[in-house]
Amino acid sequence: MSDVSDLSDCVVRLEQVTVERAHGRVLEDIDLEVGRGEFVGLVGPNGAGKTTLLKAILGLAPVASGSITIFGRALGPSAADRLSIGYVPQRSAIPRRFPATVADVVMMGRYAQIGLLRFPRARDREEVRRSLDWVGMTDRAGRAVGELSGGEQRRVLLAQALTASTKLLLLDEPTIGLDLPAEQEFYALLRRLQADLALTVICVSHDLVALAGEADQLLCINRKLHAHGNPEDVIHSHAIREAYSCEFDFIAGELARHGKHGGEH
Amino acid sequence: MLDLGFMQRALLASILIGTVCGLLGFFVVLRRYAFIGVGISHSAIGGVAIGLLLGLPPLPVAAVFAVAVALGISVVSRRALLGEDAVIGVFFSGSMALGIVLFSLNRGYQQDLFSYLFGNVLAISPTELGALAVAATMIAAVVVALFKEQLFIAFDEEIARAYGHRVDLLDAALLVCLALTVIVGVRLVGVLLVEAMLVVPAATAALWASTFRRQVAISCSLGAASGVVGLGASYQFNLAAGGMIVLVSVAAFFVSLIIARR
Repeated sequence: MSDVSDLSDCVVRLEQVTVERAHGRVLEDIDLEVGRGEFVGLVGPNGAGKTTLLKAILGLAPVASGSITIFGRALGPSAADRLSIGYVPQRSAIPRRFPATVADVVMMGRYAQIGLLRFPRARDREEVRRSLDWVGMTDRAGRAVGELSGGEQRRVLLAQALTASTKLLLLDEPTIGLDLPAEQEFYALLRRLQADLALTVICVSHDLVALAGEADQLLCINRKLHAHGNPEDVIHSHAIREAYSCEFDFIAGELARHGKHGGEH
Repeated sequence: MLDLGFMQRALLASILIGTVCGLLGFFVVLRRYAFIGVGISHSAIGGVAIGLLLGLPPLPVAAVFAVAVALGISVVSRRALLGEDAVIGVFFSGSMALGIVLFSLNRGYQQDLFSYLFGNVLAISPTELGALAVAATMIAAVVVALFKEQLFIAFDEEIARAYGHRVDLLDAALLVCLALTVIVGVRLVGVLLVEAMLVVPAATAALWASTFRRQVAISCSLGAASGVVGLGASYQFNLAAGGMIVLVSVAAFFVSLIIARR
């Protein structure tokens, strides 16, 4: 899985994917194709199954029926199958006293490649330096990670996710808890990295406006797939109102303020 | 004091046990496993009693029993969706009660019970010291070999899982190491105080250092130093060795609490 250069342009493919939990179906008959280099925003109301969908793609949520392929292959359980996938989960702040530096935390993203019973080598340290450089945190490499601000910690997690020769990046609410400037800064960084590193990105957010302003494709789910397509079309569709079970209007220029749809990147 | 064979062995045992407890203690404190440590250590009494009753060496039997309890706590708390503290409470009290009932079967066991509750490092034989050295080295080797993965799990279990790390197996390995360390520590300070050797040096190290490398180094050094100083003080003042070792360690914690500025 680490060599993905000769594989098809469809990076993630879900066919009729259903995920069940004890209380019933969380996802039902989801079909999805994400092409190489696309930035897909995943939105939906609380409890819609957004995080579950990311976890199903990562193989962390068992699929009751249907199939998921990544880079043309079913994702196996071993570390070797996941070497080109980066993951930034939804998480609260890193505990202030967690005993690791920024560089230590970024290095964790390479542990699967380094392998059991082995220690990081010069090449791994070089990859960590490169990832820190990408997210503009080189000067913080030796700092205790828990002492950084919320925005800086997100960048560290992003560097960790990028450090494993990443081609597919999955993010779950990466800007939750950040103020508006920090959120915009994070998305600007993400867009730049996506272009520079030819990344395929799937990003979950509860912030419909922010994500619609950044993504190439918007996917709206609420247990089922309600809408998928160009963000402008999706947010003005009837299907998205159905998914959220409410009526809303976007103020003109709202998307432009947030991102590439008229914004500066 | 160092001319005496039993003191030399006690000193070596204290250094070995203090070091390995300091190493495991780093993860006990980081992953908030202190109560699991209490549960495992108290359950050792059940294992010791079974060993004595069957006429088998008590500590190896207690080691098997403690490993079973540690894995039992892990499996039941995952499957029953109960809080880990409640499950630990059940295992801990159940195995302790089993030990007390088994000890009551024969009054001749009372002296043994005392030595396992409070430790008896001065009575350690050359064979026991050899076995202890092998056990401590093996535990340390496993912890060092899996250190980076354990650190990753402590940082974020979900990310570690997403990258294909076998979190459940690694957890089980840590618990097995913890259970074996508890048994090794019982010889030094006894069932009632072994938890202190796991928690106090590592907690003190966390007051001084902000990186895992330094915390582990300080925790292991403090564990060993507490053993040596406590043993020396117990010899000098004719006081219980196990209690003195723990008191030295606790004193270092409170002094650090006052002067460490991290």
